Amino acid sequence: MNWVYNPWPWYVSGPLITLVMFLLLMIGKRFGMSSNLRTMCTLCGAGKTSDFFRFDWKTQRWNLIVVLGVIIGGFIANTFLSKDSAVDLNPAMIIDLRSKGFESAGNAYMPDILFSNDVFTSPKNLLLLILGGLLVGFGARYAGGCTSGHAISGLGNLQLPSLIAVIGFFIGGLLMIHFIFPLIF
Amino acid sequence: MRSIIYLSIGIFFGIILFKSEAASWFRIYEMFQFASFHMYGIIGSAVGLGVIVIQLIKRYSVKSFYGDPITITPKDRSFSRYMFGGIIFGLGWALAGACPGPMFALLGAGYTPIIIVILSAILGTFLYGVLKDKLPH
Repeated sequence: MNWVYNPWPWYVSGPLITLVMFLLLMIGKRFGMSSNLRTMCTLCGAGKTSDFFRFDWKTQRWNLIVVLGVIIGGFIANTFLSKDSAVDLNPAMIIDLRSKGFESAGNAYMPDILFSNDVFTSPKNLLLLILGGLLVGFGARYAGGCTSGHAISGLGNLQLPSLIAVIGFFIGGLLMIHFIFPLIF
Repeated sequence: MRSIIYLSIGIFFGIILFKSEAASWFRIYEMFQFASFHMYGIIGSAVGLGVIVIQLIKRYSVKSFYGDPITITPKDRSFSRYMFGGIIFGLGWALAGACPGPMFALLGAGYTPIIIVILSAILGTFLYGVLKDKLPH
């Protein structure tokens, strides 16, 4: 049982994600996490501002329950299924990240400077989290899906729109890491 | 009853996201630096197996557990919305290090600042809804 406590290798995790997509198809649903963000807008009353949010949120209730499950799953995995959650990064990345101020690289699951409560005292890093979230939410809806809807189920269904979107995800990610990070870290 | 099924699938998915380290900011950074095969292995094997599963479902007209036909509605044809939307999403994915699934797994794992990312992502979705008709699709 010790393997459970270690990080799961890609050849276990990848097929398990396919299993999640398959199970959702088999109960008549579609895999897509970012549409929940739209439902949450509707729940907050965004329908008054834009008809994009005017739909019966109850048709998406199932997906909100999946999200609730994901939250519980994250809690279970971190609390009961992990002894040491430090991510075993490529050593070159550890040196690179530490030189950029990410001191916890190699010793933690998430970078301290962005995801420990210290961030609440750093306006710059707080702003980066806000900007990151805004871009993810805006971009996912503009593209009509995120990693689950486009990369996993869309590519799985051999859809050209999803291939374009995934190429876009990578262009954006590479621009951020290689051209914008040197300016901000 | 069905709610329990949805909840169980969510719990299962949340555990996978956390334990696979796909929810780790560091892994996303490493992926965009091409410094590790890990994330490519996860996405590649999930997609590769997904292609096989979906093709089999289509070829054998597999019915859902409730006996209904499984249909996957194709996305609308367009280039600009997928490319521009994709780039915007990618910029945020690399910066926040989390996409819409892992965000919630991280919330459960107790990384409190992720709440900022989640609330901003909801706000970003709202902004899209407001600006939608002015954007090229």
